[in-house]
Amino acid sequence: MTTHTIKVKVNGVEYVREVEPRRLLSDFLRHDLGLTGTHVGCEHGLCGACTILFDGEPVRSCLMFAVQANGHEVTTVEALGTPEKMHPLQEAFHEKHALQCGYCTPGFLMTLKPFLETHPNPTDEEIREAIDGNLCRCTGYEHIIEAVKLAAEKMATRS
Amino acid sequence: MKPIPFEYFAPTSTEEALEHLANLGYNGKVLAGGQSLIPAMNFRMARPGALVDLNGIPELAYIKPTADGGLAIGTMTRDSKVEHSPEVAQRFPLLLEVMPNIAHPQIRNRGTFGGSIAHADPAGQLPAISIVLNANLKVLKKGGERWVKAEEFFLGPFMTVLEPEEMLAEVVLPGLPPHTGSSYQQVSRQKGGYSLAAVASVVTLDTAGKCTSARMVMISVGDVPILSEAATRILVGQKPTPEAIAEVAEIAASKEIDPGTDIHATAEYRRHLVRVLVRRSLSTAFERAAK
Ligand SMILES: Cc1cc2nc3c(=O)[nH]c(=O)nc-3n(C[C@H](O)[C@H](O)[C@H](O)COP(=O)(O)OP(=O)(O)OC[C@H]3O[C@@H](n4cnc5c(N)ncnc54)[C@H](O)[C@@H]3O)c2cc1C
Ligand code: FES
Ligand code: FES
Repeated sequence: MTTHTIKVKVNGVEYVREVEPRRLLSDFLRHDLGLTGTHVGCEHGLCGACTILFDGEPVRSCLMFAVQANGHEVTTVEALGTPEKMHPLQEAFHEKHALQCGYCTPGFLMTLKPFLETHPNPTDEEIREAIDGNLCRCTGYEHIIEAVKLAAEKMATRS
Repeated sequence: MKPIPFEYFAPTSTEEALEHLANLGYNGKVLAGGQSLIPAMNFRMARPGALVDLNGIPELAYIKPTADGGLAIGTMTRDSKVEHSPEVAQRFPLLLEVMPNIAHPQIRNRGTFGGSIAHADPAGQLPAISIVLNANLKVLKKGGERWVKAEEFFLGPFMTVLEPEEMLAEVVLPGLPPHTGSSYQQVSRQKGGYSLAAVASVVTLDTAGKCTSARMVMISVGDVPILSEAATRILVGQKPTPEAIAEVAEIAASKEIDPGTDIHATAEYRRHLVRVLVRRSLSTAFERAAK
């Protein structure tokens, strides 16, 4: 099967790689680039664990082929913050106990980052809508909603 | 869960895409948003030999107002673009109601308006909405173009009149007359889940308050979206009354639909839902038309 050469910018770094067309973007990030922050739960679009930013918009990386990312920009959870300098969302998730096992967390964070940029002061209803495509089997969601509100406050006072 | 190997083509113009589709025939498949096709490929339920990816063709994504008050929507327009378009909100408030119910925000960022129609999922909203809004569908193939009315486009579950070398290029929604109201009603297990049953209505009144047009479509209760004949027959020419609406609901639920039983709901429960949703949808649409 023919492979394709793709050039893709991930978290600001340009990568040139050979890929088979059937390589899922999620597997490309994890196996070819070693960026294992993006999690894979279901591989059919249901769980949201694999959410990344594609040209700035949250999408399922399990429902795209890596070859489709040629010439585009991808942002994964690795670009969000560092243990020393966490993103306000990460701080808020930590402080509000918005994760237990953490499997779903990268997907929630990558869904919420652009959401908070366009909704600096979200209502509960808006938050619930924003995360209706992310499943969490541990938290029961309430702590996640609290964390989003706290993150919004943190972002407002910092900017 | 990985797809089988396939050839991949990324044309940059419609013409080039049609050329590939003509060469590939039954071996080729259009890749639009991929939000239905890629899961099916991951499960290996779909095993296309080659994909023709339309995502690199900017000329297929647009929302253009038309002179009759309608809209022409390019097939590759993302669902999220339709959801947030001021023109759509103004000209087709029905779509504004429908779009947030389709899957989840991340999927609407990728899934396309035309792809959803071409996919012809009996539980999908947009095939039914294209019927209730009287859409005209522009179908292209190498060296040819034809127009198909949405009512004649769907043949069965996941089956349309499209030939392998053809693609859906544009969806034209004719403008709605004044005093038109619409309403979308659905019941699903959770937000963003496929509906157990759903009903969309578009009705028009004259200045005396008589109904001049009543189109109502039912979703998830048959092989294809079902356009109600009873709604038109009973309501047009009359002032809408709760009794007339209840009669439509009764006939629609007992005679017009063919619901199935699955893990999500029984056929009987779906009939019950249709009875309720038809009443809600029609009465809300008439209230809005009267404003
Ligand atoms: C978790 C989840 C939940 C979902 N929930 C809903 C829901 O509630 N309601 C709903 O309606 N949908 C739902 N969907 C499906 C989603 O809306 C899809 O995006 C849509 O049905 C297909 O559009 P697409 O652009 O992704 O098409 P693709 O997946 O790319 O294509 C689907 C099929 O249509 C064909 N096709 C696409 N475009 C064309 C074209 N222009 N010409 C010819 N053939 C074409 C393809 O070859 C393929 O066979 C859901 C999907 C997921 C993963
Ligand atoms: S792994 Fe992509 S949505 Fe579950
Ligand atoms: S924290 Fe375990 S799934 Fe969400």
